Amino acid sequence: MNTMVQGARRAGYEIRGYVRSTDAVFFTFLFPILMLGLFSTVFGGEGAQSYGQGLPALTAVQMYLPGMLAAGVLLSGLQNLAIDIALERYDGTLKRLGGSPLSPVSYFLGKIGLVLLTGVTQAVALLVVASMVLGVDLPTDLASWVTFFWIFLLGLATSALLGVAVSAIARSARSASATVVPVALVLQFISGVYIFFWLLPEWLQGIANLFPLAWMAKGMRSVFLPPEYAVLEQSGAWDLGHVALALAIWSVVGLVLSRITFRWIRRDA
Amino acid sequence: MDNNAVRVRNLLKTYGPRTVVDGISFDIVRGETFALLGPNGAGKSTTVEILEGYRRRDGGEVSVLDEDPGRAGLAWKARLGIVLQTTGQPAPYTVREQLIQFAGYYPRPRDVDEVIDAVGLTGLAGRRIAKLSGGQQRRVDVALGIIGNPDLLFLDEPTTGFDPHARREFWQLIRRLQAEGTTILLTTHYLDEAAQLADRVAVIDQGELRAIGPVDTFGGDDARMPVVSWVESGVAREVRTDEPLAVATALATRLGQAPEALEIRRPALEDLYLAMLDRASEHDDELEMAR
Repeated sequence: MNTMVQGARRAGYEIRGYVRSTDAVFFTFLFPILMLGLFSTVFGGEGAQSYGQGLPALTAVQMYLPGMLAAGVLLSGLQNLAIDIALERYDGTLKRLGGSPLSPVSYFLGKIGLVLLTGVTQAVALLVVASMVLGVDLPTDLASWVTFFWIFLLGLATSALLGVAVSAIARSARSASATVVPVALVLQFISGVYIFFWLLPEWLQGIANLFPLAWMAKGMRSVFLPPEYAVLEQSGAWDLGHVALALAIWSVVGLVLSRITFRWIRRDA
Repeated sequence: MDNNAVRVRNLLKTYGPRTVVDGISFDIVRGETFALLGPNGAGKSTTVEILEGYRRRDGGEVSVLDEDPGRAGLAWKARLGIVLQTTGQPAPYTVREQLIQFAGYYPRPRDVDEVIDAVGLTGLAGRRIAKLSGGQQRRVDVALGIIGNPDLLFLDEPTTGFDPHARREFWQLIRRLQAEGTTILLTTHYLDEAAQLADRVAVIDQGELRAIGPVDTFGGDDARMPVVSWVESGVAREVRTDEPLAVATALATRLGQAPEALEIRRPALEDLYLAMLDRASEHDDELEMAR
């Protein structure tokens, strides 16, 4: 019980600190919105078009929205947290916490609270901008939003756990961002965020499907694209069961790795 | 309950082929302030980090507040206070926010405002830590170390970067903690600080304990023999004697006047310490030559 209370206190503390570091707010929070605006401007010149025979016409922004939502989940979970924790490990913040009676679980709960807040705010902002400014029609049925929420929350939890695990791999604070940012970027390119997934060669799709981002993006497409667009998927269907399975497996992998690798102090010190 | 807050026997720590702590043993009595001295890389920090529970030992026995730091849990950590040597980036929080946050981790914390007063940051409680000077940030570190009302306080080079005035104030703070019965393990480069604060000191060099004893008798009678120094016909002279007053009196009689620049002093801890390390390295050189 005390662990939960401490976790809630940590979350409040983390959020306060996060809001005060404007650069972090800018990059994690505004980046997907900027990218969505950019892509829809660059590729949206021709207005709505159909992306396959007999498929309803869609605008570029509508096509990019699911991928951007998925990327936002990955960034606020994995990238943000991996760099954040690696920094705290290397500047001694974690060492000080490790010398206090704070439970590591409370520390993680605090981080997850922060990720949840930034992830939700980012997604809401993205949806508001897409619908109010860029003219995207959002789903109006409850079932779609239920799907959105479980994919969003499961994706965020998976990303956060993987972020904790990846932070332990980093040999220094600098190497954390040097490793995580390019990996996240490559994943975004091969997982259907910046390039439509069906345009990629099958073998590349196969590689992308080994990682969670492709599944998050696929899940998001099922929510925000018309059902007819399922024919563009490899299997011709949205496969939400597979999405859930893939994310569940990755969250267990993340949990186990975090549990094994987490240390308050750096390895070489 | 053991009368010793800390008990170390034949402590061993190796990194690969390198032995950094080689069979160190000592005790720290409850309520005592114990200073650990030694050059950089001597094994001080490693020893202290093993006691704090950060690192695992490779051999020997360690007991800290009746528990093995390698196995002790969060309830044990709640009884420790740790002021680390480096504490990294200052957090984007005010002094009071940071202390309230940390106070919440402990079962019986001190009053936040009292601690802020004690470390002399009263007027700065509402200021962000990042906006404080280096010395002021160090006081925040100390405040975080004592906020949990610890039974045993680790101070790792606590006054590095302090100006002389701040150092004196810090010493006053430590004396108040001593008066309350806090056991303190101090590592420091400032020998005068150890002499001022510690009941006993130990010197570690190359992973081994070179000397240990009360500050008052540290180094043994020979090494502590007083020095009488004066200036005669423009030349500085000195004599080591265990009867300094008699020597000075005889000197005055011989010269027919009070000797110029007469001084009688006992070697300070720093002199004893440096002499000890010099002897150790000479000894090593001899061993090198013998090979």
